[in-house]
Amino acid sequence: MSSEIYRELILDYYRNPRNFGKVEPHDISARDSNPLCGDEIEIQVRVTPEKKIGEIKFTGKGCAISQASASMLTEFAKGKPLEWVKELSKEDIFKLLGTRDLGPARVKCALLSMKVLKTGTYSYLGAKLEDGQDS
Amino acid sequence: MKKDDLVVLTKMEHHSNIVPWQLVAQKTHAKVKYVDLDEDGILNMVEFERAMNDSPKLVAFTHCSNVLGTINDAAMLVRKARKAGATTLVDAAQSVPHMPVDVSQIGCDFLAFSGHKMLGPTGIGVLYGRKALLEDMEPFQGGGDMIKEVHLTGAKWNDVPYKFEAGTTNFADAVGLGVAIDYLSSVGMQKVRDHEVELLKYATEETEKVGGLTIYGPRDAARRGGVLSFNVEGIHPHDMASILDEEGVAIRSGHHCAQPLMERLDVTATNRASFYLYNSYDDVDALVGGLKKAKRMFEA
Ligand SMILES: Cc1ncc(COP(=O)(O)O)c(C=O)c1O
Repeated sequence: MSSEIYRELILDYYRNPRNFGKVEPHDISARDSNPLCGDEIEIQVRVTPEKKIGEIKFTGKGCAISQASASMLTEFAKGKPLEWVKELSKEDIFKLLGTRDLGPARVKCALLSMKVLKTGTYSYLGAKLEDGQDS
Repeated sequence: MKKDDLVVLTKMEHHSNIVPWQLVAQKTHAKVKYVDLDEDGILNMVEFERAMNDSPKLVAFTHCSNVLGTINDAAMLVRKARKAGATTLVDAAQSVPHMPVDVSQIGCDFLAFSGHKMLGPTGIGVLYGRKALLEDMEPFQGGGDMIKEVHLTGAKWNDVPYKFEAGTTNFADAVGLGVAIDYLSSVGMQKVRDHEVELLKYATEETEKVGGLTIYGPRDAARRGGVLSFNVEGIHPHDMASILDEEGVAIRSGHHCAQPLMERLDVTATNRASFYLYNSYDDVDALVGGLKKAKRMFEA
């Protein structure tokens, strides 16, 4: 990994997270943590009548990469259909972060928020998250 | 071990000296108790003495904490534990590689350490045990070489230590570990220790000058192994480790396989710089340079 990742953009999202907080009332709420580093992300979503992501916010604590990627993901996801969440992949997250050069140790930090959003959305849709769909 | 027997550990143990006892407790319904630490990361002796009054069956503790660096007075703790009637085990994974250790001076029943923390190979370590105790113990694994005779009706165990070494042993790594031990002995363990104390003192002074650091563990280098655990305000240890890595400085970040200690310190993770005989003052300077760079990046 290279410290390229700590570009001003990421640090800015870390220092001033967009969409940080809770959504009340919400339709989707999910949280997960990364046992290795203690990163924590919780995401809440209010779903529109058209089955789109209306309001979306996150809370959490942890490293800059996990928190910045969660914040970026909430901005990216707002207004998208729930079905779109199924298509979301790690490539999308790497694009948001502007790098795929994270190294094996940090990829999990970057992908935690995607996993949380998928887990919450799948359980809302009554579907099951299969192995591999969260990475 | 049986129901309601007591195992006494401390809150500064590595998972490897917690989880096996929790497994034993699950199986036997024995109890596990953890002695607390004082604010400076030193074992709370009032609590330790109180735990000894509960007649523990086993007392197991780390000689040197892999997070705080705290060096426990193993001989004193063992004396008190034995007086209370307990069997004693010392986790010496962080002491044997870094300082002179003498099992007969400590007086413990068991002492364990790992090859890969002392310039040796992975997958091999040493368990010292009092011969009389080992002779009383049943094998934990069956196979070739651990027997004297086998008949269709039963078997007779081999002598210690072969009784506990079923199957073809990992002698390749044993040779490697032997060479590592010879090398360290030729350097001299007191020399290794003195070198680490010097680096630790220098590193503590220099990193504190950076500002915004919380350092965990005893302040007195004489009571501390060569590890420096710290947190920097506003920078998660994983981010810190990634940035330092770019500067050619390898630290470890995370919970260091000591989650109960992290909870006790009320943190999720720490940074840990550790020193060994191959480190130099220049390495400390590189660490300090990296810390400053990380602070510049994250401030603004
Ligand atoms: C204090 C301490 N005890 C035990 C261990 C476990 O050693 P191993 O992983 O070789 O079992 C370690 C290191 O991992 C350690 O630092």
